[in-house]
Amino acid sequence: MRDFYGVTLDNPLMLGTAQYPSPAVLEDAFRRSKASVATVSLRREGGEGQAFRDLIDRLGVHVLPNTAGCYSAREAITTAQMAREYFETDWIKLEVIGHGDTLQPDPFALVEATEALCADGFKVFPYCTDDQIIAERLIDAGCKVLMPWGAPIGSGIGLANPYALRTMRAAFPDVAMVVDAGLGLPSHAAEAMELGYDAILLNTAVAQADDPAAMAEGFALAARAGQLAANAGPMPVRDMAAPSTPVIGKAWL
Amino acid sequence: MADVTVIGAGVAGLTAAYTLHQRGVGVRLFDPKGPPGPHACSWWAGGMLAPECEGAITEEPVVRHGRTAAAFWSQITNVTHNGTLVVAPERDRADLTRFAQRTENHATLDSASIADLEPELEGRHRRGLFFAQEAHVDPRAALADLWGAVENAGITVETAAAEPANINGRVLDCRGFAAQHELPSLRGVRGEMIVLRSAEITLNRPVRLLHPRHPLYIVPRANGLFMLGATQIESASRAQVTARSALELLSAAYALDPRFAEAEIIEMGTDLRPAFPDNIPRVVKRGNVLHLNGLFRHGFLMSPALAAQAADYLTTGTKGDLFHED
Repeated sequence: MRDFYGVTLDNPLMLGTAQYPSPAVLEDAFRRSKASVATVSLRREGGEGQAFRDLIDRLGVHVLPNTAGCYSAREAITTAQMAREYFETDWIKLEVIGHGDTLQPDPFALVEATEALCADGFKVFPYCTDDQIIAERLIDAGCKVLMPWGAPIGSGIGLANPYALRTMRAAFPDVAMVVDAGLGLPSHAAEAMELGYDAILLNTAVAQADDPAAMAEGFALAARAGQLAANAGPMPVRDMAAPSTPVIGKAWL
Repeated sequence: MADVTVIGAGVAGLTAAYTLHQRGVGVRLFDPKGPPGPHACSWWAGGMLAPECEGAITEEPVVRHGRTAAAFWSQITNVTHNGTLVVAPERDRADLTRFAQRTENHATLDSASIADLEPELEGRHRRGLFFAQEAHVDPRAALADLWGAVENAGITVETAAAEPANINGRVLDCRGFAAQHELPSLRGVRGEMIVLRSAEITLNRPVRLLHPRHPLYIVPRANGLFMLGATQIESASRAQVTARSALELLSAAYALDPRFAEAEIIEMGTDLRPAFPDNIPRVVKRGNVLHLNGLFRHGFLMSPALAAQAADYLTTGTKGDLFHED
């Protein structure tokens, strides 16, 4: 089983912590879904956010700080260093945004920041596109985890390019991989897990639902269903029907 | 001899003192800083009495109780009953649909009907929602008027600090975030606002611009002033407005009407909204003390209902849905 820098997750659901109607709802979403990882943003909640920090500690999950909102390698590196100190973890979800409208990762700055952070001892979870060459560079830089996007952040589209995600999964069989961003429905989570991904990460689809805790639980069940299916060995797809019970000996007209 | 001592002369304390007096309870009021001013969180409020719009992002009790707020404030101060206009940039149209699904008592507007309401926004927005029953106040005028009403009622206001533990008799602690040491689950949520002045622009009512991260709004005030609010950040920092927040707030104004680019920046302010984990205000009973706190982004909207429930409890022992026992 692939792990995340030596850590095995008992639930393949990672949840973001932004945009919930209230901290009470956030806590409920984590409790009901039993999500194993919480991503947190240093830029907005850091510093004087002791109440928020206490809440995250109380969830009893792995904390994955992110560099959301960074537009350059240098900015992301500084944010990662601050996050390491504040949250006392060397895990970092590295996000270097290239374009404000699509929130698409800037792959060049991402590789640059990854090289610097891996050299500095960070365990980098890079938010990347589904491009295999970028993935190779990130692995060369020291990443043991990849986090390709499903679709643009907050779009709820699902897996925009299942082909790319499937080939990426096949290309790096030993690397733990997470589909991050763009998921809108639990069926998207199941689909990602059925492709053999090791976890899914989402925020908006849960936080902005009318009932975030119920939606979080829905995603957790779907992710688990997809994971069971991937491990159970799905049947091959075929063009002709194959009867599940023999027809020989039955009366038929 | 007063029956009840109220501590804190922000929107919660003044509303509570006034409401108790109306019910025939003897009240005295303490605030070391005297009349409402920049030290009070409510000073920085938007003053929108918009329970329907709040329904898009908050819990049901806020909508239900908030619907009673305009009637209370009408006894105290000038309340403008012009409704609320909600618009979204074209690229965020899905958010407008969502907002409509989550709220009640609104009409859907097209470009022409937006122009009927706000002639100066003609041609700028293609779709919107109108919440005709909503209202707004100028919060600083409302606080001054409420202070006046409390003084006229003959309530003694003492400019002194007071700790509930040192007071005999019943106490209403309305100190907001300053009472956090007694209410461990209370947290501060940073909010930032900007006041602009433009002689060029006229708006007849508060306008909300849907934004992926913050519920942004522009409230017209007298003399060409516009209050632009408000960010909502999980942090108890009282540092000055950040560059990012100023950019976001000002871009919202610019997106609503590009003429705001030429407006003067009159004021920028930050303060902490006191909030409980579910973001719903509470009356919390601890011994002889009743805490009225956690008004979050709903100081003007929820203080009348909160004060009424505190008064109900003190006069008849009735415990309302906002009542909690510690």
